[in-house]
Amino acid sequence: MSFLQVKDLSIKFPVEAGIVHAVNGVSFNLEEGKSLGIVGESGSGKSVTSLAIMGLLKDSSARVSGEIILDGDNLTAFSEEQMRQIRSTKLAMVFQDSLAALHPFFQIGKQIAEVYRYKTGCSKAVAKARAIEMLDLVGIPEPQKRFADYPHQFSGGMRQRAIIAMALVCNPKLLIADEPTTALDVTVQAQILELLQKVQKEFGTSIILITHDLGVVSEFVDDVLVMYAGRAVEIGSVKQVISTPQHPYTAGLLASIPDLNSDVANFTFIKGTPPNMLKLAQGCSFAPRCDYQSKVGAQCFDSLPELLQSENAQHVRCHLVQSGQKVSR
Amino acid sequence: MLLEVKNLSKEFKTKKTLGGENKLLKAVSDISFSLEAGESLGLVGESGCGKSTTGRMIAKLLAPTSGEIFYEGKNIAPYSERQMKSIRGDIQMIFQDPFSSLNPRQTVGTIVGTPFKVNGIEPVGGVKQEVQRLLELVGLNPDHYNRFPHEFSGGQRQRIGIARAIALKPKLIIADEPVSALDVSIQAQILNLLNELRKELNLSMIFIAHDLAVVRNFCDRVAVMYLGKMAEIGTSHDTFTNPHHPYTKALMSAVPLPDPTISRPNRIRLEGEVPSPIDPPSGCRFRTRCWKAQDICATTEPVLTALSGTSAACHFPE
Amino acid sequence: MMKYALRRLAAAAMLLIIVIFVTFGLFMAVPADPARLSCGKYCDEEMKARIRHAMEIDIPLTDQYYRFMKGLVVDRTYRANTDAEVKCEAPCLGYSFRTDESVTEIIKRSAPVTFSIALGASLIWLTGGVLIGMLSALRKGTWIDKIVQSFALFGASLQIYLVGWVLLLFLVIKWDILKMPTYTSPFENPIEWMKGLALPWLTLAFLSMASYARLTRAGMIETLSEDYIRTARSNGLSKKRIQFKHTLRAAITPIITIFGLDLGGLLGGAVITESTFGLRGIGSTALESVRELDLPLIIGTVIFSAFFIIMANLIVDLLYAVLDPKVRIAS
Repeated sequence: MSFLQVKDLSIKFPVEAGIVHAVNGVSFNLEEGKSLGIVGESGSGKSVTSLAIMGLLKDSSARVSGEIILDGDNLTAFSEEQMRQIRSTKLAMVFQDSLAALHPFFQIGKQIAEVYRYKTGCSKAVAKARAIEMLDLVGIPEPQKRFADYPHQFSGGMRQRAIIAMALVCNPKLLIADEPTTALDVTVQAQILELLQKVQKEFGTSIILITHDLGVVSEFVDDVLVMYAGRAVEIGSVKQVISTPQHPYTAGLLASIPDLNSDVANFTFIKGTPPNMLKLAQGCSFAPRCDYQSKVGAQCFDSLPELLQSENAQHVRCHLVQSGQKVSR
Repeated sequence: MLLEVKNLSKEFKTKKTLGGENKLLKAVSDISFSLEAGESLGLVGESGCGKSTTGRMIAKLLAPTSGEIFYEGKNIAPYSERQMKSIRGDIQMIFQDPFSSLNPRQTVGTIVGTPFKVNGIEPVGGVKQEVQRLLELVGLNPDHYNRFPHEFSGGQRQRIGIARAIALKPKLIIADEPVSALDVSIQAQILNLLNELRKELNLSMIFIAHDLAVVRNFCDRVAVMYLGKMAEIGTSHDTFTNPHHPYTKALMSAVPLPDPTISRPNRIRLEGEVPSPIDPPSGCRFRTRCWKAQDICATTEPVLTALSGTSAACHFPE
Repeated sequence: MMKYALRRLAAAAMLLIIVIFVTFGLFMAVPADPARLSCGKYCDEEMKARIRHAMEIDIPLTDQYYRFMKGLVVDRTYRANTDAEVKCEAPCLGYSFRTDESVTEIIKRSAPVTFSIALGASLIWLTGGVLIGMLSALRKGTWIDKIVQSFALFGASLQIYLVGWVLLLFLVIKWDILKMPTYTSPFENPIEWMKGLALPWLTLAFLSMASYARLTRAGMIETLSEDYIRTARSNGLSKKRIQFKHTLRAAITPIITIFGLDLGGLLGGAVITESTFGLRGIGSTALESVRELDLPLIIGTVIFSAFFIIMANLIVDLLYAVLDPKVRIAS
């Protein structure tokens, strides 16, 4: 059994204008010690999926259905208190904006120590030592001194490291990182992503990395899940999906990314705009923008393709692929 | 030559610390470059490099501390608002955040029509007709003339910003991170639009971005900035295939690429982060993170020197 | 932090000196003749001259100011009506020739009443208001929240002289739950002290609690939406911990400011409260001094009030530095 199993997850938000179908029937697995990249644009539902795994939607207006099974426990059936107990100890999350994510009034070291102290019941001294150990682990120089610094005294990259230290302080088995490097300089991004890889290797932590950057997933994760309009459209090992994308959306995304190593100007783009999440399409959500829809016909608009296994152990949700045809890369 | 920037600098006074000292933030220090008509120049760099500040100085949104900006032969750096009036239409800017750069209380028609009203220009056929033509040109529905910004998506709002920028038929457009806030698939659409407009209207462009691949794609030449100084400048081809400055190399090396066939064991790992522009390192500002740094790097500032292909400011260029 | 504190202290001291100067100038430069006001029924020019001489107002204004300032630190001697010297011990805030007492003595008598009212009431409204505000914020949208909001509106719209009298009528006179408001020194009999002031405390607290509840509610709701609260939640910290340590601590800064100002003002004399309940604190003393046009007493009470408001502001500034590290440490 996989370490993390997400089965048919759907998340709806009631809003004034109706219901936002943020996530629709998403299923995927994650093995212990492996990393999964969830790729999508705004409105794809990738962040909301991670919030559901953390159980952070329980006290909100969101309606969550489906199952999330972590290490044998059905998290969707957990109460808020049960979730609270496993947060930080079994699973932890790192968010994007590090300055806003740290309490401005407390010392960074103390914030980390606080988590350790109250989750393990140890003494202040032990917690402080552990916090310094974690700051050192994530590569913050002079950890004893920096323990007493406040968030505004740290630079962006340092803060993100501190947040990672805080998330890992109780050694959780699953770490979810939601766009952890989007707000950082590219040279610092490389450092942070390498840190996450190191954590995965040394501690066997499973990692879910949420990003919009296909370059990041290509170099830093084992498997990738591509989401569009709240659905999983392609899943597979990152090597396979990036080199031979099977879903038209994935192919379109890859084709529209400018190439750093080529002089040839590439101005291809995916036509159209992301769909309205208030109205769930009957058929494939990507159909209106798809270059291959004409090849398949009305089926794309009428019926929702299923997520089925295809070549190279990839799973694709597409009529084109399931009818035996391929996208051209 | 359309634009020539010479020794441009910008320093900001920082807030008084509790100790009472007033430190200087050296945002841009002694930048020089030129731009021909119809050319596009990319300004790249990480946070604190001064690329946005440079863009704003050229657009005359910020007054330079020192240096000259020659537009069509005349130094416009000391120009007052009144003196700028006649050429304001020539130099326009496109901003980064489509969500905050449009006045939410004005209709699209008003926003795009403002340049005409402010400059007292009456286009042939009237303002409304011209605005609608512009909207169509950037890929928007001209019937949405009376809608408000919040009724549009991020990509569409950026198109509105572009329509406004090209209204007065500018010669030079400064685009400050025009696609950074957009989704990947929309980025490509907007870049495509900018490219077409550039060709159709024969625009010169200064393209400010942190995404190297986008800049390589879009720009004829590129200038790499670090902590307020110019590290390297040259054609896109030369700079990206054969960079001479260690920082340019490190920057390129750090970018993750969607190509699983390549492995990058030789990725250049830069230690630490960009130092504060309030107290930049002496001599070469990059030396604190450079693997080649020697004593001379701390004592003497390297000068931008022409090498094979690009010009780089380094004592030990690659 | 030290530098910040010293700078604030210096500013406060400067401000106090300026306030004294302006107050002094305003009153002494006023055309009303203090001599005539203190004179009594049978007054003639000679008597008025003698009074002016005794009050030391026949000398230039700047000399008067100098003697006044000196009197704040050194014992002062006035030439009295009866040609006998009148001693006014430091700090000498003036001498009321009407009641034949030094202003400092009068204030010393009335201050404890005002302080008692202020401290008791403020403690109740602060704890009560904050707790109710917190409850309201955490139960946003529920009926508890709506009740608290109405209560806030109600309390903010009422006036103390109405509420005071209504409560006096019911709680004291009709139902005999509370005692008639009187002042007993807490050092003599703390129980009586509390019983006697219970009504003014509750009345004042009821009116102010409302706005504190609202402020707390607003601050809490805003803070609860901050990213660092989401971090605390995703780290699995207990609800209580997040609510009190993380959220309240961040939301409390505007409340500290308002509290400081409110308390400062109250310590300087709650005129209406004291009149409503017939308590003889600084407030009623000030009122009386205005009614009787006792200029030295007016000056004294004004300066006394100003001192507390300036002090309150200073303490609030320093508290800010304690609470918010961005104020004391540059990035």
